[in-house]
Amino acid sequence: MFSVKTILPTSTQSFSDDILSTHRRHQAELDAMDLDEDEFGAGPSKRNIVTPGEVITSSKEYMRGHGTYVEDVNVVSSVTGTIERVNKLISVKAIRSKYVPEVGDLVIGRIVEVGPQRWRVEANGRQDAVLMLSSVNLPGGVQRRKIESDALKMREFLAEGDLLVAEVQAFFGDGAMSLHTRSLKYGKLRNGQLLSVPPQLIRRLKSHFHHIPPPCGPTGVDVILGLNGYVWVSNGTSQEKREGGEGFDSEGVYSDKNDDIPPEGRQATSTITNLIKILADEGIPLTDTLIEESFNWINQNQLPLGSIAHNDAERMLAEIVGIDITA
Amino acid sequence: MSSSRIEILNDGGLRHDARRPYELRSTSFQLNTHPTAEGSSTVTQGLTTVQVSIFGPREPRQRSQASHDKAIINVEVGVVPWAQGGGGIKRVRGDKRLQEIGASIRQTFEPVIMTHLYPRSEITINVQVLSADGGILPTSINATTLALISSGISILDYITSISIGLYLKQPLLDLSFLEEQDLPNLIISCLTNSNKITLAQMETRLHIDRFEEMLNLGLEACKVLKIEMELIVKEQTEKIVERMNVKSIISSNASGMNIDE
Repeated sequence: MFSVKTILPTSTQSFSDDILSTHRRHQAELDAMDLDEDEFGAGPSKRNIVTPGEVITSSKEYMRGHGTYVEDVNVVSSVTGTIERVNKLISVKAIRSKYVPEVGDLVIGRIVEVGPQRWRVEANGRQDAVLMLSSVNLPGGVQRRKIESDALKMREFLAEGDLLVAEVQAFFGDGAMSLHTRSLKYGKLRNGQLLSVPPQLIRRLKSHFHHIPPPCGPTGVDVILGLNGYVWVSNGTSQEKREGGEGFDSEGVYSDKNDDIPPEGRQATSTITNLIKILADEGIPLTDTLIEESFNWINQNQLPLGSIAHNDAERMLAEIVGIDITA
Repeated sequence: MSSSRIEILNDGGLRHDARRPYELRSTSFQLNTHPTAEGSSTVTQGLTTVQVSIFGPREPRQRSQASHDKAIINVEVGVVPWAQGGGGIKRVRGDKRLQEIGASIRQTFEPVIMTHLYPRSEITINVQVLSADGGILPTSINATTLALISSGISILDYITSISIGLYLKQPLLDLSFLEEQDLPNLIISCLTNSNKITLAQMETRLHIDRFEEMLNLGLEACKVLKIEMELIVKEQTEKIVERMNVKSIISSNASGMNIDE
């Protein structure tokens, strides 16, 4: 029979060779260099980027986190991304991936199924999310008990295809998320349009509800940045109406009808949508200040609202963000 | 020896497309070529072009298929109607050969994708052959590796694949369609870091004495492909990381504006 020779791995892993050599030092020497942050430190250096199968370090000294696995005595990357280190925990953050939910995240989703006491919500995750009847506010008071007739009327509140904004409440055993809308900020969405961007572009912020004030349309524009990469851009409402103060229409929260939106309001909404699209296409993380600044730029240059010409977009990116996409 | 109309190796030791025996066809790797897929890539090897898009991990389309502890992998293979040129695949979808290619891709990647991280979900690998000139399976495997990497799904290692033919006593790398028709050939795919072979497929017979040589040659070629892929992936990643870090510029811009006001 034939025999298969094992060929020694060619040294294509200059990175790992570098890193490992520092770990082959004596323990006392290692202790002395505990402050060595540059090793896997922050900053967009070339050494921080790994691809699958690349040896990061020894598993004897470091623990493996997300995006890595242990083979023999090495911590090996399983995704493409940047190395992140917290003390002895090494993880690799993928540059592109599906949304990975955490409790407390604000997400935007779409109802795909009405089931017994629950809705199934498509929220850009690995699995559909679940919204229990017991974790929504029903019209007629926050403290109202849910009765059997509510379960029968579930489709009147939220039907298939409806969009809603919710918060991640907990996880089921298999990792599916359970949502809740028990706040006046959350609930059904209307008067606007949805757009989907890569989830990595949305950072966890203090607030994900942003209001861009009136030069942008007659009542301003509201932007909700869902952490799952869904963004809701809608015609602006006043502060009180948004947070359940004076003039808050508690019966209208499950309404399917859009308000009357003047053409200027629609134009402002689509302008903001287009701006977000331009920024997202270039892989720039979205923040409220960035969106507002880019709108102000449009305003200052007195460009027409609505769609934005390609060369204007280039100019805006260069002036606001400081990147050159023509290169 | 062969009933071929073409000359496999001429007197100068060149193949019909003027390559040397161990020379690969010109390759190009592109990442993120599909607008809505989680990850995608287009790989061209010679006149064969394959686009692969990855959808998922997502809720399984048929919930009965779902597995409670791991993701299921679906592979769909399609050939565009104009791809055939010298391809030899008559039907666009559902062809037995295409189904076989799909099964091979699934078997190649099932042990490499860390499916246990994605329970109760489905990963769909959509392979679209845009032009066919031999080596559809190796090119598809190479493209799938890149698409998986760009989708952020956890995999153990790069998998690269190549076809190796044998002419008399001379092994040839990366066969074109004409050579594939005339020569006994072997398709291998391997994990390049650990030298593990995940697929070795042979539909014709060849002498066992030649097999080892071909296998080692194939492994060598797979490593070359991996180096090329890694270059592209790193280059792309650096660009994206750079863009993700423009935040610092923005905040300094913003504070500058506040002072002006």
